Amino acid sequence: MDTIYFDNNATTRVAEEVFSEIQPYFCEMYGNPSSMHTFGGQVGVKIREARERVAELLGCEPSEVIFTGCGTESDNTAIMGALSAKPNRRKVITSRVEHPAVLAVCRSLERHGYEVIEVGVDANGRLDFDELDKQVDDDTAIVSIMYANNETGNIFPIERIAELCKSRGVVFHTDAVQAVGKIPLKMSESEIDLLSLSGHKLHAPKGIGVLYVRKGTRLTPYMLGGHQEGGRRAGTENVPGIIGLGKAAELAGANLAEENSRVKALRDKLENAILKSCTDARINGDVENRLPNTSNISFEYIEGEAILLMLDKFGICASSGSACTSGSLEPSHVLRAMGVPFTAAHGSIRFSLSRYNTDEEVDFAIEKIPGIINRLRELSPFVAK
Amino acid sequence: MWEYTDKVRDHFFNPRNVGEVENPDGVGEVGSLACGDALKLTFKLGEDGKIVDAKFKTFGCASAIATSSVLTELIKGMTLEEAANVTNKDIADYLGGLPEQKMHCSVMGREALEAAIDNYRGGGAEKHELEGKVVCNCFGVTDTEIERVIRENDLRTVEDVTNYCKAGGGCGGCKGEIEKMIENIRGEQPEGAPKPKTHEGKTLTNIQKIQLIQETINEQIRPALRAHGGNIELIDVEDDKVIVAFRGMCAQCHLAEFTMKDVVEAKLREFVSEELFVEEDSDSIDESHEHIG
Ligand SMILES: Cc1ncc(COP(=O)(O)O)c(C=O)c1O
Repeated sequence: MDTIYFDNNATTRVAEEVFSEIQPYFCEMYGNPSSMHTFGGQVGVKIREARERVAELLGCEPSEVIFTGCGTESDNTAIMGALSAKPNRRKVITSRVEHPAVLAVCRSLERHGYEVIEVGVDANGRLDFDELDKQVDDDTAIVSIMYANNETGNIFPIERIAELCKSRGVVFHTDAVQAVGKIPLKMSESEIDLLSLSGHKLHAPKGIGVLYVRKGTRLTPYMLGGHQEGGRRAGTENVPGIIGLGKAAELAGANLAEENSRVKALRDKLENAILKSCTDARINGDVENRLPNTSNISFEYIEGEAILLMLDKFGICASSGSACTSGSLEPSHVLRAMGVPFTAAHGSIRFSLSRYNTDEEVDFAIEKIPGIINRLRELSPFVAK
Repeated sequence: MWEYTDKVRDHFFNPRNVGEVENPDGVGEVGSLACGDALKLTFKLGEDGKIVDAKFKTFGCASAIATSSVLTELIKGMTLEEAANVTNKDIADYLGGLPEQKMHCSVMGREALEAAIDNYRGGGAEKHELEGKVVCNCFGVTDTEIERVIRENDLRTVEDVTNYCKAGGGCGGCKGEIEKMIENIRGEQPEGAPKPKTHEGKTLTNIQKIQLIQETINEQIRPALRAHGGNIELIDVEDDKVIVAFRGMCAQCHLAEFTMKDVVEAKLREFVSEELFVEEDSDSIDESHEHIG
């Protein structure tokens, strides 16, 4: 049975081009780029190239790119680093729908005497900009708002927020892990100070991330030790990861248009067909302003894990915001922040596509899904016969 | 991904006895949409007093569906007395086991069976009455139910209890109470569980008192509110009056039926001092309990 992978917001397949580019850096060119010999030095050259490729995708200077261990590390570094650079400011502003890599960090700060504001969202998951506007003041050390939400795909008004923060002299960080490669970025024309991305969401390997740091932004290093990354992130470089991310960034730039045309068309086709064939199904999120690859659909009166298992039987991979899959007993914090009723939150399924998906795969899913939904509805005590 | 046994998978993909028995002798309904799983069990008795037919309808995850299916198979042919002795463990064993975090599905099966038997014995009374006092407000679990899962399954930690009946798995505000129940039942301190701090008998300086109040808010109260999308801020302490402000309460707040002020007061009295009373900051009172539409 073929796997139909519609879970690209969780992680992506490493591109063949990326894989072949990094292969020699395990058993052949395994030198340490910090070493004083040609053998290691040739690796340093490749890292420089990777940094340039990432900078090209972000529209920034190579010196503004710091390689990290993952998206989570980038988020942690951005927030903790900005706080210790401005120790007198005691307020942190974020949103209620952030990834735990941001939310858990902010919440932990509460224990250290920080005032932490979590800006809310409306029923479509749109950020309450006015609340944010009201909160940003001269005691604010950092504002961290994600570029695009991993569950719903909602895109937030990041440039507007960046300008607001800039005008008040507040550092602005955005977790762009889900946005990079799907939304064109040009940091040289933006007011964003700090931006996180993660390799494994854009067809590079797992365990490599980037923190973009605008030139002049004060940031205290988070990982201490060696002098790597210009002293801004200690630790011997994940060489294959960095080279892979460089290649993936180059490919992402080349494929950006396809993400927004062909992948988007596939997503729309899948979504429209499901809404047409299944009753009591609704989209979670802001249909006007979403990532081109993401569709989050709630099937009322049935439970997400059961749906996933039935999909899995057909080789279809997706994910759910239901309690049973969230690792806790309550459904996704994102859907709850949006006020999605429990009836719908427990039955939410996220389909997230990539450029590797095909028309045939979407057709196959469209054919199988109504049967699955009907089957589970037959079992449900909440559906009248 | 959960590790399900072949039997669980079989009963999930090919559930037996789906539907409702016509003119049932007993009907048991437990759970709710909000909780994430619900089960309606119906059965019919034969001339000989044995269960001749049983059917189910279930909303829930794969293991909830599989447990319901197995339950109907298990009880067919049983007398009511035999059926009344079925435990959640019997159901789980029949499935070759369930992941720990899914044990509550087997408990739901047993509860539905009990409710259906009660319903028959009570001559078709509408709903299964909850016995005991509600301990976990998030999932509506009573002390009677918690005590029972602890005893029947020899549970040792709060986490176990959450796995078996969900109690404590929402805001977590009742974890202390569950821990005390485990202690009482087992007559010993549960392993690995931290002791709640109490400061009875000691007189606190003003600074110590304020610090303790802040600590209690940080550790005992805020996580519970957070789980429901809310927050609390300590504004001031004047003698025994603690002034707080509530922020951005959650949508569909389970705790709406009693005021947050009472909850906070109870916690502060438990952990800091019996004398304390709580007032909401008048400037922020309009914002409190605001539910997002
Ligand atoms: C929005 C967002 N931020 C951060 C992360 C964490 O990235 P990583 O898995 O590289 O630590 C993820 C991925 O799960 C994400 O979706």
